[in-house]
Amino acid sequence: MNPEFLYFIETVLNGLMAGVMYSLVALGFALIFKASGIFNFAQGVMALFAALTLVGLQTGQVPFAHLINAIFGTQIHHFGWELPAIIAIVGTLGVMVAFAYLFEGLVLKHLVNQEPIILFMATIGLAYFLEGFGDLMWGANIKAMDVGIPSGGSFWWEDVTRTWAPEDSGYFGMYIDKLDVVAAIVALVLVSALVAFSQYTKFGRALRAVADDHQAALSVGISLRTIWVVVWSIAGFVALVAGIMWGAKSGVQFSLSLIALKALPVLILGGFTSIPGAIVGGLIIGVGEKLAELYIGPLVGGAIENWFAYVVALVFLLFRPQGLFGERIIERV
Amino acid sequence: MADAAIATDQAEALLEVNNIEVIYNHVILVLKGVSLTVPRGGIVALLGANGAGKTTTLKAISNLLNAERGEVTKGNIRFEGERVESLSPNELVRRGCIQVMEGRHCFGHLTVEENLLTGAFTRRDGGAAVKADLELVYSYFPRLKERRNSQAGYTSGGEQQMTAIGRALMSNPKMILLDEPSMGLAPQLVEEIFEIVKQLNEDQGVSILLAEQNTNIALRYAQHGYILESGRVVLDGEGKALRQNEDVKEFYLGVGGEGRRSFRNVKHYKRRKRWLS
Repeated sequence: MNPEFLYFIETVLNGLMAGVMYSLVALGFALIFKASGIFNFAQGVMALFAALTLVGLQTGQVPFAHLINAIFGTQIHHFGWELPAIIAIVGTLGVMVAFAYLFEGLVLKHLVNQEPIILFMATIGLAYFLEGFGDLMWGANIKAMDVGIPSGGSFWWEDVTRTWAPEDSGYFGMYIDKLDVVAAIVALVLVSALVAFSQYTKFGRALRAVADDHQAALSVGISLRTIWVVVWSIAGFVALVAGIMWGAKSGVQFSLSLIALKALPVLILGGFTSIPGAIVGGLIIGVGEKLAELYIGPLVGGAIENWFAYVVALVFLLFRPQGLFGERIIERV
Repeated sequence: MADAAIATDQAEALLEVNNIEVIYNHVILVLKGVSLTVPRGGIVALLGANGAGKTTTLKAISNLLNAERGEVTKGNIRFEGERVESLSPNELVRRGCIQVMEGRHCFGHLTVEENLLTGAFTRRDGGAAVKADLELVYSYFPRLKERRNSQAGYTSGGEQQMTAIGRALMSNPKMILLDEPSMGLAPQLVEEIFEIVKQLNEDQGVSILLAEQNTNIALRYAQHGYILESGRVVLDGEGKALRQNEDVKEFYLGVGGEGRRSFRNVKHYKRRKRWLS
């Protein structure tokens, strides 16, 4: 095969992998938006917070160590243990569920029947609160995440692909990060699980019912408060998965919360209310970005990757505002 | 005489609404003292023009008012003898009182069968019982069985109304608050739906409180009727008696008796029920 063509395939593959990472974040948004019509500005920060908590639990950090030390004059920082990754993950999940419960009880409960914009503002507040709270709880330093996910380029794949090109072409094989492959598999499993949950379980059905018509849902005895706790817990779980993947890729630090911005074009493309949309949107954005960088980039001096997604989103807003998979509004009397 | 009727009903009353007042947004007074009683196993109609307060009364009972910033500020509501004004809607559904909202409100993106199943959300008696009830609903509404896998949003108005009633039935209710089931439906279909409601009432013993603008058909099926006017009950009586009543004929059935009458004669109804407060 022509090395040019192999290079194209490599770009597409890497684009798909990057897309999966975007999708992971977009999923959390789509879930909450679908169920409650709230655009959760805090989704990115939730991912950061989940990642911080996970690392903190795993390395046995004392939560609020700085605060405790400052007040009591002590010098504690670590419990002195290291938890296995799986236990830390379960613990973090518990924290995210507790967080959902508290957020519902302290904030959402008092904002029922308010305009969506007010709920949106509440999530902005939540984002900044959580950001500071995460720092206070676990410290602001950059941490490495190690939950045992393999990372680095796959030599096996490099060797395999090298043989595809002619001997003398000087082609060295494709680079694929093992972490990205794991992320893709995780995303696949996560989405299948979410779809199965929403299609075949009582709570999933109730969730879709609330998304359709929350007044009617109330009238048949579905408690909105319970549903909200469930939805925010799931969103917390998705944030945790995204936090693990992104944290393992680029370290756990403040900029992790900015991945939320990359999820926006994904959502506009895929539709705010669609779980499959979040995935497909992510893949399109990922591949589109990489290809644009490769083929259009040289013409305009590069750095297309940073803004390409937003331009695509803008075009989509003009021609198909509900996104590729957004729910069509059923109008019938 | 009305006194005596209410007194005898009280022994077997499933639902009692005592002189409730409802205020929206802290300022808008919508109900100004409404009282009514639904006996166990009865069909009671709540009649009146647009804005008379029928829907508000039903929502006050089912506690859906809170979601619209309304609240019951005076009076009380008893379901099976217990005060229920402060319960959440889901608790009330669990106790057996469910509302079918005006305009059907099906879950458009869910299939008909999924719609029905959401009605069983509060039930804790296991999948087998729910499944049996699903079959029961299908036996009353065979048309829903044919369309079980269609998205409810794409079914016809009549089918949606059936879905909404079936969905309420799935909660295994003692009482259904039925708001304007005839809205936007062809007369033939309205008749069909009322016939099924009557069947349900007779076979399953479900009590029905019905809010309707279509006075004629409502009074044919209801044993007792209340007529609401701007937030007050102005007249009540047995279905048959109300249908014979000259004023009801004139103003709600549109089949007036001897020539044109003056509105002046109607006014006394507004004064009549004051003693209830």
